[in-house]
Amino acid sequence: MSASIESLVNKEYAYGFVTDIESDTIPPGLSEATIRLISAKKEEPEWLLDWRLKAFRRWQTMTEPRWPNVTYDPIDYQAHTYYSAPKSVKPLQSLDEVDPELLKTYEKLGISLTEQKRLSGVAVDAIFDSVSVGTTMKSELAKAGVIFCSFGEAVREHPELVQKYLGSVVPYSDNFFAALNSAVFSDGSFVYVPKGVTCPLDLSTYFRINAANTGQFERTLIVADEGASVSYLEGCTAPKRDEHQLHAAVVEIVALDRATVKYSTVQNWYAGDSEGKGGIYNFVTKRGKALTGAKISWTQVETGSAITWKYPSVILQGDDSVGEFYSVAVVNGAQQADTGTKMIHIGRNTRSTIISKGISAGRGQNSYRGQVKVLPKAAGARNYTQCDSMLIGNRCGAHTFPYIEVANNSATLEHEASTSKIGEDQIFYCKARGLNAEHAISLIVAGFCKEVFKELPMEFALEAQQLLGISLEGSVG
Amino acid sequence: MSPLANYAEQFAATATAGGAEGPAWLPALRQRAFDRFHALGFPTTRNEDWHFTSVTPIAERRFKTLKPAPTALTGADVAPFLIDPSWHRLVFVNGQFEPGLSQFAGLPAEVHVSTLAEALRERPEWVQAHLGSLAAFDDAAFTALNTAFVQDGVVVHVPVEETVDTPLHILHVIDAQAQGAAIHPRLLVVADRASAITVVEQFVELGASEHLVNAVAEIVVADGARVAHYKLQREGSAAYHVGTVQATQGRDAAFHSFSFAEGAALSRTNIYTKLHGVNGEARLNGLYLIDGNQHADHQTFVEHIAEACASRELYKGILDGSSHGVFNGKVYVDPEAQKTDGKQTNKALLLSEQARVDTKPQLEIFADDVKCTHGATVGRLDAMPLFYLKSRGISAENAKALLTYAFAAEVLETIEVDTLRLELERAVFARFTHTALE
Repeated sequence: MSASIESLVNKEYAYGFVTDIESDTIPPGLSEATIRLISAKKEEPEWLLDWRLKAFRRWQTMTEPRWPNVTYDPIDYQAHTYYSAPKSVKPLQSLDEVDPELLKTYEKLGISLTEQKRLSGVAVDAIFDSVSVGTTMKSELAKAGVIFCSFGEAVREHPELVQKYLGSVVPYSDNFFAALNSAVFSDGSFVYVPKGVTCPLDLSTYFRINAANTGQFERTLIVADEGASVSYLEGCTAPKRDEHQLHAAVVEIVALDRATVKYSTVQNWYAGDSEGKGGIYNFVTKRGKALTGAKISWTQVETGSAITWKYPSVILQGDDSVGEFYSVAVVNGAQQADTGTKMIHIGRNTRSTIISKGISAGRGQNSYRGQVKVLPKAAGARNYTQCDSMLIGNRCGAHTFPYIEVANNSATLEHEASTSKIGEDQIFYCKARGLNAEHAISLIVAGFCKEVFKELPMEFALEAQQLLGISLEGSVG
Repeated sequence: MSPLANYAEQFAATATAGGAEGPAWLPALRQRAFDRFHALGFPTTRNEDWHFTSVTPIAERRFKTLKPAPTALTGADVAPFLIDPSWHRLVFVNGQFEPGLSQFAGLPAEVHVSTLAEALRERPEWVQAHLGSLAAFDDAAFTALNTAFVQDGVVVHVPVEETVDTPLHILHVIDAQAQGAAIHPRLLVVADRASAITVVEQFVELGASEHLVNAVAEIVVADGARVAHYKLQREGSAAYHVGTVQATQGRDAAFHSFSFAEGAALSRTNIYTKLHGVNGEARLNGLYLIDGNQHADHQTFVEHIAEACASRELYKGILDGSSHGVFNGKVYVDPEAQKTDGKQTNKALLLSEQARVDTKPQLEIFADDVKCTHGATVGRLDAMPLFYLKSRGISAENAKALLTYAFAAEVLETIEVDTLRLELERAVFARFTHTALE
């Protein structure tokens, strides 16, 4: 493919700046002492420290998974720093006390915490390196009885809820990176929506890695009580650095009977340069458990990170529960993504839908890996899976690894996958109608991803579309 | 005695007995293969390619190599298995060639068809050039085991621009003498430029013995050649069957493979082809019908190495009882293989509540100007057509049988050999409707 695509300018990663802010950073290295130190800094109760230590001991017996279709140099876990906090962070009474440097950072990222508060009706919890720096719109949420706070605060204020649900969906022993996260997680967000409450605002978390050589290990726990409903958005960026940084997060969602949780991610961690130098290793475990009649929906737009390795999953435990997964994953430059989902059908008449769109450009390698498992008792289970790949250039790859395991004959499963290219003829057609090449590509790609974008909340959908345009710029056609 | 020690002992015994025959390079090849098998051991479910199929029942049974023995079977015994008596045929009983039951005189003089043993005597250099050249055993324990223990088989060489009009029938009959035995048949087909041949390889059983058939076929389809390979696995319910077909295709070459599997307690069929020349065409179709506690696993792998090749795959399974079906289909597209057109379809029909199926259709694509799709469905019979037939006065039982047959017929229709297609259509129709097809 040709010059018209090739000629697109290569736009710089817009979020690659570093904020000069004093940090309280612990020395690199990982041992029981590190964990005790993190726990002490966060003034955690004994049970949480014990849980962390159990996770750490289990992690030491585990080996890093090698099955994903990605390659990277071994990670030296002792070289990472496991806790870094902006120094000025004290228990905050209001946003006015947040370090102005920090607020400026978020403004640069397009999330003005103060503005947000007034205008957009989205409550934001911002995580800077390891700790949460401010949660907006707290009082409005409190009126509805919704708890939305940093994980640390939740441990202090609502220990009974945290203790009840922490690890109930992703146990600390789940996998190598989940165990690591359980041992060293620094902060994260906690959401509790009480019975029958529809959360009045969309909730949002913004993650930012700032410090060098620091891993980010946040943990998100969302509990929607019976009949509750909530929509949650997550965004991420990091500065440009030559070293790889590790991001190993865990997200747990508990949707009790008839609850609905919608979780949307726009992931734009720094992807490294075109040679694969630097960038974030995004090794994330995300899983939800849906009880009777509950619905969990994952939507993700993955454009960043040097390596993405994540499978937002739904355990369809209750009868009539619903799981959804909508994904757009873009790889360009030397990026690698191995992402997909797991839908585990346990209850009767459980339904799941998987729509995955992979776009590969440059030397990127994009794999969809998904599992749909129907257990013997899941009578009437239904799954529809569609995974489409688009290739731009002949140095990239698109791969599909679906696992379909059915042990109940009343289940109906359909799986479709296709791979095609963005064609010169399509671009020519658009150009003939007066669009330039750049617009043509973004139009074609937007059309390809339409089914996923329509699942995103409006402002995210716009951001995602722009992000996609930026990610693909300069891709060799 | 561990499984490996069992095979080591037998390997030592065959190496000193009959295995010492043949050209000098052969013992070295056997030894390399055996060493590789010994190093690999039997695959476990931790091996991604064997994730859904445990070969523990094969590993824990101490299958023995059979000593040559005369067979009591007569032409009348094997007559029911002759799909068409006019075909040229080579008949093997428990892996041993039976000239009295075979009939392959009258082939064009230029076409070479013989047993492996004869080819090793008459054209050892030619055999050396091809045997084991496709079926690599570095990562394939069963292929290594076959290569180490291979005794006999069939060698076919079709020279340039030669066409063999009638199908060549290779009939493997297993009888009660094979109780506890491991049989390692081998097939080598080399179709030179612009030649054509159809090979029907059939595994059947008389009596019910617990045995292992571990077959390997290597098929070279040179530029412009056409090879059709039909594999019919209809062994008894106590049998274990592992089979690998490895083909390679040149420019404008066509390879059509069909796998029909309804026998064996546990079967695993690998069908692999590499499209090395531009404009090649591969068609891999298959049908498996299982019941009771049967386990049937099919694995296909199409490698698009050259440009502008097309591959088509249609695999269907009908599962009853507590049977377990596995399908793993991989399509690989090399960065050079632009204009690839690949399509794969896999459908499983579950007739009972206990039946289960695991399917994994994979695409690995490194070229951008390609059109590749795969689709997989799993489910039971659709309620609407059942209702439609019942509304026309057809009993529920008959409606179910008809629709089940129709499900299978879609893939049987792709068989290009008329007598074979009819034979299988009749067998499948009778299986589900319990009546004969007119």
